[in-house]
Amino acid sequence: MNAIYILWLREVKRYVRSRVQIIFSLAQPTFYLLAFGFGFGPVFEKAGEGSYLQFLAPGVVGMTVLLSSMFSGIAVLWDRQFGFLKETLVAPVPRIYIMIGRTLGGATIGMVQGALILLVCMIAGFRPQHWISLVSAFGFVAMIAIPFAALGVTLGSMIKDMEGLNLASNFLVMPMFFLSGALYPLSHLSTVLSMITHIDPLSYGVDGLRGTLVGVWHFSYSLDSFLLCSLAAIFLTTGAYFFSRIEI
Amino acid sequence: MIRVRNLTKTFKSFTAVKGISFDVEQGEIFAFLGPNGAGKTTTIKMLTTMLNPSSGAIELDGIDTVRHQMAARKKFGIVFQDPSLDDQQTAYENMELHGILYGMPRKLRIERIEELLTLFELWDRRKDFVKQFSGGMKRRLEIARGLLHMPKIFFLDEPTLGLDPQSRSQLWTHVKYLNEAENTTIFLTTHYMDEAERVAHRIAIIDHGELIAQGTAAELKAQTETDSLEGAFLALTGTSLREESANSNEQMREVAQMLGSSR
Repeated sequence: MNAIYILWLREVKRYVRSRVQIIFSLAQPTFYLLAFGFGFGPVFEKAGEGSYLQFLAPGVVGMTVLLSSMFSGIAVLWDRQFGFLKETLVAPVPRIYIMIGRTLGGATIGMVQGALILLVCMIAGFRPQHWISLVSAFGFVAMIAIPFAALGVTLGSMIKDMEGLNLASNFLVMPMFFLSGALYPLSHLSTVLSMITHIDPLSYGVDGLRGTLVGVWHFSYSLDSFLLCSLAAIFLTTGAYFFSRIEI
Repeated sequence: MIRVRNLTKTFKSFTAVKGISFDVEQGEIFAFLGPNGAGKTTTIKMLTTMLNPSSGAIELDGIDTVRHQMAARKKFGIVFQDPSLDDQQTAYENMELHGILYGMPRKLRIERIEELLTLFELWDRRKDFVKQFSGGMKRRLEIARGLLHMPKIFFLDEPTLGLDPQSRSQLWTHVKYLNEAENTTIFLTTHYMDEAERVAHRIAIIDHGELIAQGTAAELKAQTETDSLEGAFLALTGTSLREESANSNEQMREVAQMLGSSR
């Protein structure tokens, strides 16, 4: 247990200390928020769908949590490159603890980044339906952060070169974001696109965030949370398996 | 303290270590020498549970390293050939993380960290980030860290690579001191024959995956009728050059590529 804690603490400390990472990883979602939010806003409102900023903000929060959590994969690779990974792998600690410590560290960073971007959204004019809804929204932030941090660690233990990992992460992150309903409503889509959005796990995360924050649901609270928790279980298990197979 | 029997490691069709056997006694300083690519690093990786042997047995202080991996890991400390510090944390944080991973009780951990950082002349720099350290300081910190949990066996894989003569000399002084003061068994590899001759009680030479000689420096010299360990080493392993890549990871990757493996 102490081992999980100290590895979690290490990830969090590294995050807190790298101000550049904090600022620049918030810059991209802020850019999306402003460019799309204010760019598409008038069209969206004319179509009678209400405020686009209100619609978009939960999607941008979801994307930020996804991106920041997946960063835990880069951290594994970084440690492999700088040798620190070896230090943890020969320690008398089951590999699964090491994997969990890293995943929770990455997920915590994702959650903090999610909270920060939500703050940015509110500065830009976003208003949640109720202050209490921030609490239940935070549950969904965690439910997005944990599975994707675990996915990051899984990829980081499977892929050994930085270029490969970056390609793989982008290959996953970008379609997941664009097909998740973060940018547009999932209703009235063509059958094919609708099917794709239904297998995109981020769709359920974004739906949960939007539901709790502004009260608009496409799926439901129970379906979203059930699927995200199952996903967390699956990725934690596969991550633990691949992490335990790392040879150095 | 270390007992190795018929240890073999095969990567696909390439056999890196071919059925070697040896023993290291408690309190001994044992030097494991060999040209590049002879199987030294593969052997160390198997001894330290980083690689599973293809066949054969390893016991560390009576514990089978394959069947009781966790228990075996508590028995040894290691300084890797390549750096393995977290350079975005302070020296103290690196030590603390190690102590917690090895399950040391808090009080003992705090005392031992202070003792070792003082011994290795790093106590005044404990709050500095490791990235600000010189090569010699990083090595000292790695050694201090490897000794933190009071291992019975200490592995040093080319610990003096890239250090200046002052740091090298000081490093061996520390190692000898710890060997005597704490009766730690030491297993080291190095390319510097003068170092091996100076510190090691016994020496084994590996080449092409096989142990070709074992004994004290004096015995090896007598056996080869040479007057230096370097002479003995060259007499035993020949003078032709060996190819090896920059580091062990690279080497493994090349072996894997050569054999058409995808991993």
